[in-house]
This record gives sequence, C-alpha cells and structure tokens, in this order.
Amino acid sequence: MRSAAARLATLLTCMLLALPHAAFASESIKLDRLPAEVGPNDPASLQRGVQVFVNYCLSCHSANYMRYNRLADLGLTDGQILDNLVFTGAKAGDLMKTAMDAKDAKEWFGTPPPDLTVIARSRSSSAGSGADWLYSYLRGFYRDPSRSSGWNNTVFPNVGMPHVLWQLQGEQVLKTEVQMIPVGSKGDVEKREVHKLVLAKPGAMKPAEYDRMVADLVNYLFYMSEPARSTRVQLGIYVLLFLGVLLVLSYLVKNEYWKDIH
Amino acid sequence: MAGADKQPVVVTDAGPLNGVLSSLLTWVDQRFPMMTLWRGHMSEYYAPKNFNFWYYFGSLATVVLVLQIVTGIFLTMHYKPDAAQAFASVEYIMRDVPGGWLIRYLHSTGASAFFIVVYLHMFRGLLYGSYRKPRELIWLFGMLIYLCLMAEAFFGYLLPWGQMSYWGAQVIVNLFDALPVIGPDLSTWIRGDYVVSDATLNRFFAFHVIAIPLVLVGLVAAHIMALHEVGSNNPDGIEIKKRLDPKTGHPVDGIPFHPYYTIGKDLFGMMVFLVVFAVILFFMPEMGGYFLEYNNFIPADPLKTPPHIAPVWYFTPYYSVLRAVTEDFMWVLALMLIAYAVLVIRTARKPAVRVATASVSVVLLAGFFAFEPKVWGVVLMGAATLVFFLLPWLDRSPVKSIRYKGVLCKAALALFVVAFVILGYLGTLAVTEGRTLAAQFFTLVYFAFFLLMPWYTRMDKTKPEPGRVTG
Repeated sequence: MRSAAARLATLLTCMLLALPHAAFASESIKLDRLPAEVGPNDPASLQRGVQVFVNYCLSCHSANYMRYNRLADLGLTDGQILDNLVFTGAKAGDLMKTAMDAKDAKEWFGTPPPDLTVIARSRSSSAGSGADWLYSYLRGFYRDPSRSSGWNNTVFPNVGMPHVLWQLQGEQVLKTEVQMIPVGSKGDVEKREVHKLVLAKPGAMKPAEYDRMVADLVNYLFYMSEPARSTRVQLGIYVLLFLGVLLVLSYLVKNEYWKDIH
Repeated sequence: MAGADKQPVVVTDAGPLNGVLSSLLTWVDQRFPMMTLWRGHMSEYYAPKNFNFWYYFGSLATVVLVLQIVTGIFLTMHYKPDAAQAFASVEYIMRDVPGGWLIRYLHSTGASAFFIVVYLHMFRGLLYGSYRKPRELIWLFGMLIYLCLMAEAFFGYLLPWGQMSYWGAQVIVNLFDALPVIGPDLSTWIRGDYVVSDATLNRFFAFHVIAIPLVLVGLVAAHIMALHEVGSNNPDGIEIKKRLDPKTGHPVDGIPFHPYYTIGKDLFGMMVFLVVFAVILFFMPEMGGYFLEYNNFIPADPLKTPPHIAPVWYFTPYYSVLRAVTEDFMWVLALMLIAYAVLVIRTARKPAVRVATASVSVVLLAGFFAFEPKVWGVVLMGAATLVFFLLPWLDRSPVKSIRYKGVLCKAALALFVVAFVILGYLGTLAVTEGRTLAAQFFTLVYFAFFLLMPWYTRMDKTKPEPGRVTG
C-alpha cells in the first residue's frame, strides 16, 4: 500500500541522481587534470596567470565581458593594473578588448579567435572541467607540416590557432606506437595505436616550468569565467548555516502544532 | 456564514494596540471580504490530516513561482533583449551588477526546480487519483499550468542568446515547419523572420516576461479556487467531507489548513527544499551541464550549428518521443492503431463510439501514409503532453488511491515512470540505432499507460477503501 508509493519514489530518485554522471558519456578525449596546487585561493598564481594572459592571449583574443579593474579580486590596485597589465591605453574600468581586427583575424586564421571571458565554462564536458580542457589543450600542440600554421593539437584537432607559446615550451612532435594489448583470457591480442607527444626541440622553459606556467594561466582563465565564484561558495556556506537553523526551528514549530493531531 | 463575517473581530487580551488593529480590521472587513477570504482559504479550509511527503510539492511550486517572478523582475532591469547585446548583458549581470550573479542563479536554478516540483506534484496526482471526480477541473487547470510552464521555459531559454538557446529555439520552431500546408508560414510567423533573429528574441522576451506569466498566475488562482471549492484529496483517496462532526459541521478527518499546514508543515517543507536548492545554487549552479548547458556559454552563432543539440532536461522525454518516430516506426504505429481500434470497437457499448473510432482510425491510417514521419513525430510529441488532459476520464478504477488499487495499476504506473525517466535520459544523448529502438519501445509504453487505462483499471483487483483516513 504505502510501500508501493515509497518504492516508486526511491526508484525515481535513484534514476534522477544517476543522470548527471551519465550525461554526454560519448566523448572520449582523455584530459589531463589541472594540478590541484593552483586554485582560486592562490592570488600569486592568479597574478602570474593574468600576466601571461595579457602578454600572450590578449593580442589576438578578447575578454570582452571582463573589466581590468575587476582584477582587484587578485589583490591588485588600479595603479598596478594600469602600469603592468594594460598595453592598449585602456582605462582601469574598461573591458579587456583585443587590438586585433576581427576581419583580419578571419583572414589570417580562418576563423576569428573566440572571446576568452567564459571559455573555461564553455569547454566543460563529461571528460573534465573547462580548466582541465584548457590545461590539456595548451600543452597539446605539436609540429604538423600539413597544417597551414605548422601546428596541430591533440585536444583540438586541426585547430586554427598556432602554438603561440612555442618559444617557451619548445617543439613537440606526435609519435605513434603500435602496441599489442591482450584481450580476454585466450591469449588474443588487439593492435592499438598509441599517440605520444615527445619534446623534439626544447624551449626556454623546462617542461615542469612550462606546465606550471600553463597551470597559472588556466587558473586565471577559470577565475575570469566566473569572478564571483569564491564569493558564491563563501556565501553558500553562510546561507546553509542560516537555513539549517531555520530548518530546526520550523521542525520544532511543526511538532508543536502537530502534537495534538492524531 | 456570510452574515457572521461582518461581525467585529474578537481580539482576546485587548491592549491599546490590539484595539486599534481590530477596529482597523473591522473597517476593512466592512468594505472588503478579507476575513471571509482568510477563513475560506486558510483558517477554516479543512484539509485532510493524513497528507504525506508527496503533498509538499504544491506549496513548493507556489514558492518557486514567487521566486521566479521576483528574480525575473530584477533580471529585467539589467537584461537587454537585443541580439547584439543579450549575451553580454547576461555576463554584465554576472559580473557588474551587485548581487547580479545571485539573482541570475536563483532564476536559472529556479527554472529547473520549478519542473522538478511540478513533476513530483503531478506524480502525486497519479499516485492518489487526485484527478478523479470531483477534481477534474483542478487537474485540467493544472495541466494548463504545466503547458504554460513549458512555454515559459522555452521562451526564456532563448534570452541568454547562447548557442544552445539559439539552436534549441531553431529546432523547436522548425518543428512547426513540418506541419502540412500552413507549416512554413506558421514558423516564419512565430520567428518574425526566416531564421531565429533579433525579431524572435524580442517577441520571446515579451512572451516570457509578461504574456505567459499573466496567464500562469491566473491559472494558478483558478487551480487553487477549484481545489478549495471541492476540497483536497488525500493518500487514501476518500472524501473527508462525507464524515462531518455533528457538533461543528467540519470533516472529522480534516484540520484547518492554517496553521497546521501553513506554518505547521509547509514551512518545514520549504526549509528542506531551500537547503537542497541552496546546495545546488551555491556549489553546483550548472548541475553538471543539466541546469546550465556548457554550450550556452558560447554566444549564439547562426552560421555554426553545434554537433549535438539537446533541449534542457525537462523537455527531453518529449524530445525523445519526437525522435522516436522514424519511417520504420510508422508501421509499428499503424499496427498499434489498428489493434487499438479493434479493442475499442469490440468493447465499446455505444454504437456512436464504435463508428467514431472506426472513422478516426481510417483517417489517421490514411494520414500515416500521406504525410512524412516527421509530421507524425511532431503530432506524437504534442499528443504525449496533451494526453494527460484525458486522465480523469481514462481511469475507471472504483478506487482513487494507489493504496487500494491492484497489481495491474501499480505495475502500469511503475512502468510509466520508468518510461518517462528513460525517455528523458535518451533525449539528452545523441541518437544511435540502439537508443532509437529503446526510445520507440518506451514511447509505446508511455502511450499504453494512458490509452489502455480504461481496461486495466477495470480489470484490476482493488481493495476496499477505508471509511476514515488511515494516517
């Protein structure tokens, strides 16, 4: 009787809970995770990241929804921002626009470089967060003479963007190995191609240094995609504490009223 | 009762302030039926005392409605319904408007929460037969609310002007294109252009912020007025008005809605809901891409079709039904239609019903072959939402509540829930052959739940209903 309803409820709840994990399960790119040591609560990392961003990204990409003076979140004053991070004559309250003309960009790269303000949100998928995607992408460039830019990418095949950080990272090439992988118990093997990025020409940075720099940059991009994120999480804790108190009080009120109903 | 309403309000423990208040109340009451409304809908509206977990979602839907209206007003103050500025204005709200991110997340999380509570509220109706006589109109008003809600969500989803907003609207409006004769003109008329454009955004904004909300609020009022006219159903599905206390004239199993359900139970339910709501809002506002789709953080681009277009989760069951209708499936549908027509003709008592069934089936069968499967996909999707309206007349069980229904009804409802959830899940995924087969199977299950109801509810072995509610 009542249990039929309860069982249906349980079934429904289980199915609803299972949904987010199963979503978009078809994507198969394996992404490297953004190292856990950089994070939104590390202003030094974010400051290094924004420096790379304005030096290397902003010349072609815009961040049209982000204002320079919002960088106060990273502990920077307007003076510091104008002196170190603004190269275009913009004012502190201006949006981070790019100097490149969209028409030229389309001619040069085949497609205008996307705005980067919320790129870390739009690149999220079941394969990983947008930050993981960016961290893998910026470390996934390799030499490919068949491409007009001379570069290709493991995460974003045939991307129009050249490897702008190549002087720092050096040149990678894609090595393909054929591996024999045992399948089942009867000693059958399956041929599988495994692609590996190999550093052919070293750059100005050691691989660990380069990874660290990319991590800082991605940390910044992740911050920029939702500057209110830390505030949101902090406020969330207070709101939950407050609601918790109200929850207990409303439970007591309920019991008080309902004690004489049988 | 009407005569007593004009009496001065009796206030115990009369102090000087209470004296002023009570005379003010009397002044108002002599000019406006305030106390009558209060008594009729609150303090002397007798609700069954055995409401359980499933009875929280009606009041929660009201809470979410208010939340959506209030946050919507504030969003409208900063949002720009302009194809060139819409996306940027949403980011402006997220960054530059003080507290804007909170208002936006309240609204976006609220949209999904609305559907969750409404689906659970509707499921409650299915469990306990709340649509049965004398509550047919409550159910019909409720279904109209649900349709409005879907329209509201659809129009609202275009406003952020992201890729999913744009292409989702494009796909749905293009469905009307499939309709014979009027299709192309109709879809152009809806868009106000040949593609989804600034004109479309402007009119969708108008529908979203004023037209649909007005209708929605009116329907909610009608829903509640109809409910309070006949009284609430309860988990036992019996009428508490049949047993009145001879002294007071109130139902013996009824308790005043206020305060027992208002600040007694619903306040507590609201707090539990708000805790869950806050966890999602503050710690996972995108809900894994279900509440805010990742692709929607890319501005709308009419020249770049995304590889995989999926509607937001609350539409996906119907989207699955739409995609299930393929050329091969039309043969299955034709067979099912013939079988169903034979069943109706063999069991119907009135000759008129038999003639009507035969002629409708012949027309439909001819139509199956005259028009493309695409047309029937749209028709079937529409039918999947509209078939709920027929429920009060499809259920022929002698009892209302699942507690006293037999194994057939219980199995049917369980299968329906499974079909609905699986169709919803399949609707979020890209199509493959296997998934289409699954969607076709569960589409049949979905419709069988409704269309076979008159037979299985009558065949079912029910238990006797109790005289009093069982708690």
